[in-house]
Amino acid sequence: MREEVVVRVGAKVLTPFIIMFALYVHFHGDYSPGGGFQAGVILAAAFALLALVYGLDAVQRVLPPWFVRMCAALGVLIYAGVGVVTMLLGHNFLGYDALAHDAQRGQHYGIMAVELGVLVTVFGVMVSVFYLFAGRGRREP
Amino acid sequence: MLAAAGLALLRIRNLFAVVMLAGIYSLLSAGLFTVMDAVDVAFTEAAVGAGISTVLFLAALALAGHHESKPGHTPLLPMLVVVMTGAALVYGTIDLPGYGDAANPVHHHVADHYLEESPHEIGIPNVVTAVLASYRGYDTMGETTVVFAAAVGVMLLLAGGRRSRSRTQAGGEAGEEGDGE
Repeated sequence: MREEVVVRVGAKVLTPFIIMFALYVHFHGDYSPGGGFQAGVILAAAFALLALVYGLDAVQRVLPPWFVRMCAALGVLIYAGVGVVTMLLGHNFLGYDALAHDAQRGQHYGIMAVELGVLVTVFGVMVSVFYLFAGRGRREP
Repeated sequence: MLAAAGLALLRIRNLFAVVMLAGIYSLLSAGLFTVMDAVDVAFTEAAVGAGISTVLFLAALALAGHHESKPGHTPLLPMLVVVMTGAALVYGTIDLPGYGDAANPVHHHVADHYLEESPHEIGIPNVVTAVLASYRGYDTMGETTVVFAAAVGVMLLLAGGRRSRSRTQAGGEAGEEGDGE
């Protein structure tokens, strides 16, 4: 697919919008359908599209495999870290009321933070699984 | 249309067409979820089922070839098992309460509390997100961990196999012969 001008230009034009849409889905998850999980999948799909059109090497230069593997672990850490922070602030594990003076605002921050953790994990997992599948065939002749 | 796509999935032996049909099937079921007002689920289905897994299937297809070989045995015994399981499941649904009935027990366990109190307790309009991330925060953390653990499993399976293969190739001819099986 690397020679098709339409596909190359189309992928290049679409990618920023897909990434933007993923962020929108994440940060607007409080008001509309969506959230961390969907946003992570959409973000991963953006890079999968790039890899399909431009080849795996081009994408792995931007997003090296060790980085996405780290993302997968980092997300779980963010999620659990929010729980630990609320515990240190004197509330229950994942009791978001502690995160701000106002309970509702605290809930808001807490939900955003844990959804960010979900996003990072899902993004890292999806991209690294994709790397494994797509990269596997090329090592063997 | 869902049933037609499912039947076609069973019949077609060209795996490329099967992958495309599976994507269409996912998209159709996402439409079905939207009709049933489960927009969040539909979103996930469209993104994961029709998007990412199609790409993953295509990547796997590049490794495995495009044609599915015919099964070597008669389909009678599996057919019997499937029909019996299906019959048991259908028998089980007879006891279920009617679909969409407002008096169903599932709508009066904690759902009332979520629907009435989440605007005051959580303060965000999307109740699904409120339930997912706040009331059921522990569950979602478990899910995130499960996703991570699944990825670790896939990495161990695929990346580990590659490493041992390169080692056997470095080992010489004997290693390659063992690899061929």
